[in-house]
Amino acid sequence: MDKVIFVAMSGARENMLAQQTHANNLANVSTTGFKTDLAQARAMQVFGEGLPTRVYAMTERPATDTTTGTFIQTGRALDVAVDGGGWLAVIGSDGQEAYTKSGELQLNAANQLVTGSGLPVMGNGGIPISIPDAEQIEIGSDGTITIRSVGDTAAELAVVDRLKMVQLDEQSIFKGLDGLMHVDGNAAQPADLDLKLRSGYLESSNVNAVNELTSIISLARQFEMNIKMMKTAEENSSAATKILQLS
Amino acid sequence: MHGALFVAKTGLTAQDTQLKVISNNLANVSTVGFKKDRAVFEDLLYQIKRQPGADSAQGTQLPSGLQLGNGVRVVGTQKLFQEGDMQVTDEAFDVAINGLGFFQVSMPNGEIGYTRNGQFHLNSDNELVTTEGYLIEPAVTLPDETQTFTIGVDGTVTAVVAGSATPVAITQLELAGFVNPAGLQAIGQNLFIETAASGAPEVAAPGDAGTGILRQGMLEGSNVNSVEELVNMITTQRAYEINSKVISTADEMLSYVSQQL
Repeated sequence: MDKVIFVAMSGARENMLAQQTHANNLANVSTTGFKTDLAQARAMQVFGEGLPTRVYAMTERPATDTTTGTFIQTGRALDVAVDGGGWLAVIGSDGQEAYTKSGELQLNAANQLVTGSGLPVMGNGGIPISIPDAEQIEIGSDGTITIRSVGDTAAELAVVDRLKMVQLDEQSIFKGLDGLMHVDGNAAQPADLDLKLRSGYLESSNVNAVNELTSIISLARQFEMNIKMMKTAEENSSAATKILQLS
Repeated sequence: MHGALFVAKTGLTAQDTQLKVISNNLANVSTVGFKKDRAVFEDLLYQIKRQPGADSAQGTQLPSGLQLGNGVRVVGTQKLFQEGDMQVTDEAFDVAINGLGFFQVSMPNGEIGYTRNGQFHLNSDNELVTTEGYLIEPAVTLPDETQTFTIGVDGTVTAVVAGSATPVAITQLELAGFVNPAGLQAIGQNLFIETAASGAPEVAAPGDAGTGILRQGMLEGSNVNSVEELVNMITTQRAYEINSKVISTADEMLSYVSQQL
């Protein structure tokens, strides 16, 4: 039987994998700070004897689209959105510094400032931020956290810490298995003091639903064409069997 | 089968939860002392199908590999404790908290519940109770033949009894504050209970320790913003539609396979 069926099969299989990437993007269309994953296919030649016709497809996630999402106003003091392409530094579940755009911050019972999923937020001094009991917490545009301690008057404001914001080099970052951004080698990045953030806002997911849906439709059609090729290979093969049949 | 089917299913589940949260917020748009919820989404784990940086042959490496996401999950709901609008009711038994504290209520099981709802009533024993009939803590018992009673900003309760011009001091109300109010567990009936996440309550007289001051004759409205909720509902509905579109596309692909081959 013609090996074309295997080439077509690899195309169909890789289309399904790419489909999953796009489905994941769409599932996260309303996840705060989510960044779209890209999917691309690459040609993998496996040339044997005869004509060089065996080129299989391979789906890859070459990168993550890090463009900024829309800022949504929430009015909550501990919701932050980093402006100008900066990232918030948090401590990932593996204990390493990782970066996120998801700024739904909250306080836990141990007075630590944590993200919506409970990861401690890093301060500029390189230690996780903890905030003493406060009546009012304000986060300034440079990430400075000011509190009015319990029982203090409005004249006795105290600066507690400053959120660590970093600028990441697009070339050396990747999305880890935990969905956070990591830098190659997990090296902690220096804080960028020029970055600004907005308190009372959240950055929406940057998934473009139309784009993703179009990709899904186009992949579905491509998949059907690959199936059609498999069908054709099968027809060719059964025609060949017929010729050789002793009737 | 098709990975995209299950990924899109997580999307539908998450949007479903979101809609439930929104509808609960909208249903409580006029509940006194209600605090709105917000669903927090997070991307689910990623799986490595092909390791980036693995050797594709000796001396050559795969430049990017393939990591597939598995969809979305709802990490939890966050209660947003922004203050609602103050409504002036001029009813002596209505008390609003201007600040972060909570009234303490002793529940039938003996535990203490916490509430922002200051619609109080009197029971047959002349005690101050919530609408559910639960005693407030510390208990306030008004004397017989009370003509008027007043709750001061610092929680002192005084009453004027018939036949006497001097008000009698009865007790002082207390408020409880929490490190992380968002960690409180809502149990319905406008009540919250303490959890490990909220931390232990810090009880203080109103005005002390950041608990806020009391206002008699006012109520705190729900902090739900109906416009915001409706906008969220629109985006939720569209996201739901898009995810179901992914499922139908994946289904078409599979049915095409079974028809053609």
